[in-house]
Amino acid sequence: MEPMLEVELSEDRVAVDPMVPSLFAVTRIHRETRDTFTLTLEPPEGNGGFNFTPGQFNMLYAFGVGEVPISISGDPGDGRLLTHTIRAVGSVTKAFCGLKKSDSLGVRGPFGCPWPVHQAGGKDIVIIGGGIGLAPLRPAVYHVLSHREKYGKVALLYGARTPNDILYLRELEQWRARFDVEVHITVDHATTAWRSNVGVVTRLIPRTSFDPSNTIAMICGPEVMMRFTVQELLKRGVESSDIYVSMERNMKCGLGFCGHCQYGPLFIWKDGPVFSFDRIRALFAVREIRR
Amino acid sequence: METLDPILAEHPFLRGLDQRHLRLIVGCASNVRFDAGQTIFKEGEEANQFYVIRSGKVALQIYAAERGSITVDTLGEGDILGWSWLIPPYNWHFDAEATELTRAIALDGKCLRKKCEEDHDLGYELLKRFSNIIHQRLEATRLQLLDLYGTHA
Repeated sequence: MEPMLEVELSEDRVAVDPMVPSLFAVTRIHRETRDTFTLTLEPPEGNGGFNFTPGQFNMLYAFGVGEVPISISGDPGDGRLLTHTIRAVGSVTKAFCGLKKSDSLGVRGPFGCPWPVHQAGGKDIVIIGGGIGLAPLRPAVYHVLSHREKYGKVALLYGARTPNDILYLRELEQWRARFDVEVHITVDHATTAWRSNVGVVTRLIPRTSFDPSNTIAMICGPEVMMRFTVQELLKRGVESSDIYVSMERNMKCGLGFCGHCQYGPLFIWKDGPVFSFDRIRALFAVREIRR
Repeated sequence: METLDPILAEHPFLRGLDQRHLRLIVGCASNVRFDAGQTIFKEGEEANQFYVIRSGKVALQIYAAERGSITVDTLGEGDILGWSWLIPPYNWHFDAEATELTRAIALDGKCLRKKCEEDHDLGYELLKRFSNIIHQRLEATRLQLLDLYGTHA
């Protein structure tokens, strides 16, 4: 058997030495919510941009602190800059939060399987995000909207904790103003000043117009939210093979060597993070590996 | 003139109900509209209706001293508003306010309670359908309680 390293290095998506990060410069820091911010990064000079497909992630390295996997949240059609939306919850992500314009960080990637935006041609699309889970879905939204004629009905359902925790509010409003996409936003808790939906995101599914027999659904959020969302979609009649979820696990090498990203017999880096639900249905039911 | 029979017969809540029961229900139904900001009912008031929402949006609210009204759920097109008409002592437990122009079919709970007592098959059919709604709302409320998107650090 050939050594695994040689096999992986032969793939186009992996850099010459996938363990060595490239140096990217911060060009913009945008605070999205109380604890979440978006970094716009510029590739090194002469690098020729950064190409990725919706759903992929990078390993981002804060020098002297550590490295974490973060989904790419920018427009896949714009390879000039790299965008990541990050929630400051641990030491590394808090270090990213402290970065200033022109500061540098390390980037390895892109890694992982994408959302099935190409297979979904001719079908209705339902994109369902919860909390920070909208960030990995945003590149899929950009792709679908910039190739709108290739798809049937398009719906985006988004659930957040409170109105103050809604990501990309301006963009959501712009998308909602379009006539060719159905956008529903809901929050779990709100005062009466909030005049839109209150309740969990699963409640939005019966209110959304799509043909269950010809729909691709893409879901990203906390696993418990995804479990109930999948159930609601199955109840509505969407096939399990047409439901895609993005799974998250701790990662170290980002190359499947260290085993940190193991999910049952699968590796999130190599086999995911996007999986069709029928592929991981049995694993979803295993409590011991739930997060 | 548009009658309420076909609208109610097609609604998922009543779909599949036999014609005899549907006629009994239609006999208790009327069209209503609420302007944005209009109160539909208030906590503690007698609950003598439920509503099939045809369009618009309704906020279910709880009033808490020092915090004011808190919206705990919103209902929209196709949803059923209110089950307190079915459960003694027949009082509303929440406030309901239309947050936008809302059109609905109101069903007279007193009238229906009487018909359900006289025809237990109708009562069982309605109870099954309301149990399903109560189950869905309870599950959703439990998910809300989880604080799914918190950091839990």
